[in-house]
Amino acid sequence: MLVYRKENLSTLAAKVEGAFGDRLLGKEEKTLYVQFSVKAADAKSLIRFLKDSPELGFTYFIDCCGVDYLKYPRPMPERFAVVTTLLSPALGVKVQVRAFVPASGNGSAPARIDSNADLFAGANWTEREIFDLYGIEFTGHPDMRRILMPDDYEGHPLRKDYPLRGRGERGAFPVYHAIPADQAPKD
Amino acid sequence: MYSYEQEVTEQTDNVVHMNVGPSHPAMHGTLRVKMEVQGERILRADQEIGFLHTGFEKLGEHRTYNQFITLSDRLNYFSPLNNNIGFALAVEELIGLETPRRCHVIRTILSEMSRLADHSLCVGAMAMDLGAFTSILWTFVEREKLYDVFEAVTGTRLTTSYARVGGLAFDLPADFEKRVTAILDSMEKTVDKLRGSFYKNRIFLDRVEGVGVISKEDALSYGITGPMARASGVEYDLRKFKPYLIYDELDFDVPTYSEGDCLARYKVRLDEMDQSIRLVRQAMKRLEPGPISAQDQKHALPDKLSTYTDMESLIHHFKMVMPGPDHGINPPVTDLYSATESPNGELGWHLVSDGGSNPWRVRVRPPSFINYPIFGKLMEGAMLADVVAMLASFNVIAGELDR
Amino acid sequence: MGVVNSLNDVITTKLAFAINWGRANSMWPMPFGTACCGIEMMATFMSKYDASRFGSEVLKFSPRQSDLLIVSGRISLKMMPVLQRIWEQMPEPKWCISMGACASSGGVFDNYTIVQGVDQFIPVDAYMPGCPPRPEAFIEALMTVQEKARRGQAKSSEYVSNDDARDPSLSPLYRSPDAFHFSPTPPNKAQAASNVPSNTEKGPRFEGGPMSNLSPEAMEKV
Ligand code: SF4
Repeated sequence: MLVYRKENLSTLAAKVEGAFGDRLLGKEEKTLYVQFSVKAADAKSLIRFLKDSPELGFTYFIDCCGVDYLKYPRPMPERFAVVTTLLSPALGVKVQVRAFVPASGNGSAPARIDSNADLFAGANWTEREIFDLYGIEFTGHPDMRRILMPDDYEGHPLRKDYPLRGRGERGAFPVYHAIPADQAPKD
Repeated sequence: MYSYEQEVTEQTDNVVHMNVGPSHPAMHGTLRVKMEVQGERILRADQEIGFLHTGFEKLGEHRTYNQFITLSDRLNYFSPLNNNIGFALAVEELIGLETPRRCHVIRTILSEMSRLADHSLCVGAMAMDLGAFTSILWTFVEREKLYDVFEAVTGTRLTTSYARVGGLAFDLPADFEKRVTAILDSMEKTVDKLRGSFYKNRIFLDRVEGVGVISKEDALSYGITGPMARASGVEYDLRKFKPYLIYDELDFDVPTYSEGDCLARYKVRLDEMDQSIRLVRQAMKRLEPGPISAQDQKHALPDKLSTYTDMESLIHHFKMVMPGPDHGINPPVTDLYSATESPNGELGWHLVSDGGSNPWRVRVRPPSFINYPIFGKLMEGAMLADVVAMLASFNVIAGELDR
Repeated sequence: MGVVNSLNDVITTKLAFAINWGRANSMWPMPFGTACCGIEMMATFMSKYDASRFGSEVLKFSPRQSDLLIVSGRISLKMMPVLQRIWEQMPEPKWCISMGACASSGGVFDNYTIVQGVDQFIPVDAYMPGCPPRPEAFIEALMTVQEKARRGQAKSSEYVSNDDARDPSLSPLYRSPDAFHFSPTPPNKAQAASNVPSNTEKGPRFEGGPMSNLSPEAMEKV
């Protein structure tokens, strides 16, 4: 039975700091896990280190999600963050890697980060979801297409600058509108 | 010797494209699978989801913390109480709020009863999908009894919205104990009846045994949690990993199997129902009178009666529910991942707060969304008829899957 | 129903009465349960509430054999074309129940993805308030529709679909086999559309729906 082992939190923090010391943007110890903040370019190597290092062994994929920090009250290194949560069956603790992804300058080139789909099969769909809802592209992802919204949908709804009620998509169907029979064209 | 199977597989051009869903009884209403089929064998398959995308996460950014509890029901309509309680616990952890003991006990009891309701529907529906219609009638009888209790406690059958940040909406009804005890007894009988009807049933076993095997490595790599992971030998249950509520006082086992097939998943669910019954029985003994909400007027809603009779409570209530950045719960500016064990696995909430009354970001880590992708891998090379058995054993809840 | 209404003498009026009586008492529902309301719909068909008392227990998920569409649950942008396709496939006369706040008006989900009421796109005969409505409300709605059927009324007879509905290539859901996403790269949309037979001429009102005009090959693809 997997049980939480609090004492391993500091081991984990020490190991990661030893290997990635200067490349970490921040480190925060929470109740059940340690959160490391890194730049987008370092995220993949940190996650690979966490997974492959024999003492750490973070082989259990838990979650991967995006956050948009546009106009967040605290200054953040970049606009987007991709947060990956992993669990180590060996240590009995969780870890969170928060990778800050810069927004694209002019909107033509999308925000980019390396995909973890080759390390964790579970990352495949979560990354597609982030691409769908935030427009962050994952380089090296085997199947980068929308997952929740229709294929021809425009925009990325979870971005902070996207209006809650959308841009009129929900009322504009090209398919079928009921016409009262008396106004219908004669067959 | 002639074999149809051989004839079909030898003809390379005999590949049929097949579309199942989204409105198909085996696809639970909103899932879509596209397959390349040769004879009875599936060569390749692609899943499409998103037909129930509801925008919970976006909506959550525009609602206060307590308002989101109402939405959390609609995420998982098989066991809404687990979602209510999970979300309330996450927000309480974010603001560091302690809730009274009676609240913990009630939450534990209701989580477990809700787990019973979820599993009973799942095991019933799984056998129904495989052709045994009776079992869903049996389990629905039990579910209706549970609905009656939920209705007595929360006021509604399905969309309960019972938890609040820092406590509960209102206290239990007077005859709660009597009602629950009666249900547990009949539930136990139903579980036994299901065991008796299916564990030795040749027709059922032939369709589930050895079908859809998930290995332990795959379970870890895909991030599968809950009964599905425990059927594959991953001994991970958040109630044991880091006991929340009063689970550390209660004595229960976590059933695990190593086969990883549909039958193991069916068995894990039935065994968990036994454990839930045990848990509810134990927790009922710990039910003592006391307050149900934290006495922290900045973060917990005052109880409804006192808002009508007491000026101070009215002011606090006003401060809590009015819209605007100065009102409501204002957690510290930080982020937190907190998880509870829902009937389908780890239900995580990644909350990012900007210090205002609304969350900056509510990420739901839904068990169904993370558990479902492996279905595509299982389908490849499987028989067409096995798809139904596999999907039924997953217990995918579309509301959670698509959010 | 046009056939029945256009013959108006004593005997056929009685015939119409008999037909309507038969229709009302053997409604075959096409359950379109997507979300929470679908669970309450299931509860109505199960042991305790037992919709078979009203002759409506035959749930077969087959629009071509059904005459009552029950939309229960929220309908998203992506789902709406599917729902319309199913509605078009149902033979006349047909009725529609919109179950729950979401199907009727969008409910609590006033956001970018939920259709604010299916009645913008398909005719609805009975609305059921509630989130979710109780099974009793479901039975009430069923009885309302039965009453309508007894009187020979149906909202669908007041509407026709426009040409867009008849052109499958316009439906976001319609994909030819080439559009199956087995390969990592999504296929060329224009190419996929060119596999669809063009279908612009008007068909008869509500006879067979959009599918009746397709060539046999195209029918196979659907
Ligand atoms: S009306 Fe309520 S119960 Fe029904 S689908 Fe909508 S949210 Fe769910």
